[in-house]
Amino acid sequence: MFFQEATPDTSGYMIAGYAVAFIVMALYVASLYIRSRNLTQDMTMLEEMDKPAPPVKVQQPKKSPAKSTGNKSAKPVTKKSRKK
Amino acid sequence: MQSKPIALKVLDVLSIIVLGISTYLALVFAPKELVMGDVQRVFYFHIGTAWTALIGFILAAVFSVVYLITKNLKWDRLQVAAIEVSLVFFLITIALGSIWARPAWNTWWTWDPRLTTAAVTELIYIAYFMLRQGIDEPEKRARFGAVYALVGGISAPITFFAIRLFRTIHPVVISGSNAAAQGSFNMTPDMLTTFFFALFTFTVIFIDLFWNRIRLGDLQERVEQLKLKVTM
Repeated sequence: MFFQEATPDTSGYMIAGYAVAFIVMALYVASLYIRSRNLTQDMTMLEEMDKPAPPVKVQQPKKSPAKSTGNKSAKPVTKKSRKK
Repeated sequence: MQSKPIALKVLDVLSIIVLGISTYLALVFAPKELVMGDVQRVFYFHIGTAWTALIGFILAAVFSVVYLITKNLKWDRLQVAAIEVSLVFFLITIALGSIWARPAWNTWWTWDPRLTTAAVTELIYIAYFMLRQGIDEPEKRARFGAVYALVGGISAPITFFAIRLFRTIHPVVISGSNAAAQGSFNMTPDMLTTFFFALFTFTVIFIDLFWNRIRLGDLQERVEQLKLKVTM
């Protein structure tokens, strides 16, 4: 016992070891989370793109009431008819 | 992404709890080793991560065999998940070992058989991901990956038995003695309790991360299929 040296103070190495272990695990968990989030976003976007497009409604231009004559059989006015 | 199953949520919480308990046991409950001092406490996490990583590499080799027989890509995803989680755990093992070696052996690194085989194993599996990145076709990538993981799986038992087969300075704390080893110690009952709890902890964490990684692989697969459907 007289020749036994005192226990060395190696607590700094212990702290470094546990810090490394926790940091590496935390980084991996974060990488799993980020990859999962990005893939979910991709999935949502692709599902939107994959949906069949809804039929497009083409709106007929309304005839202005001032130009309407009310006579459906009336022929359109052309240069020929004006000369006559 | 589909919502997490309840069992996985419970496992997530359990992993955090057992990690906290294990840290307490290692830092507070276990007695200080008189020759090396506090740095010996990294031993619990060092062995815990090494144990699960080596089991993971062997599991990946088994999944490779099943993939090569069935040609079902599900087994490829399991193999990738096992290797990725094991790679992270084995990185922690090597880092902790190096930190322990500095005060114990007076060097961060030495080309001892155990350290060399461990470094080779880590590099083999880093190269595995590089190989997969280089192949676009899913079936071809899975086939090459399976063969590679199967051959790479041999490195896991070699790493484990290196300290039992070769003359090395790495201590054999469990069931073994080595005259050349430096840094060996006998475990007290409290140390044994902490040690076995650390093994249990890292097994739980491994299963949890493995399951999460499998789900990520499944999601990746669905996104790939949807991309193909949209572009065609």
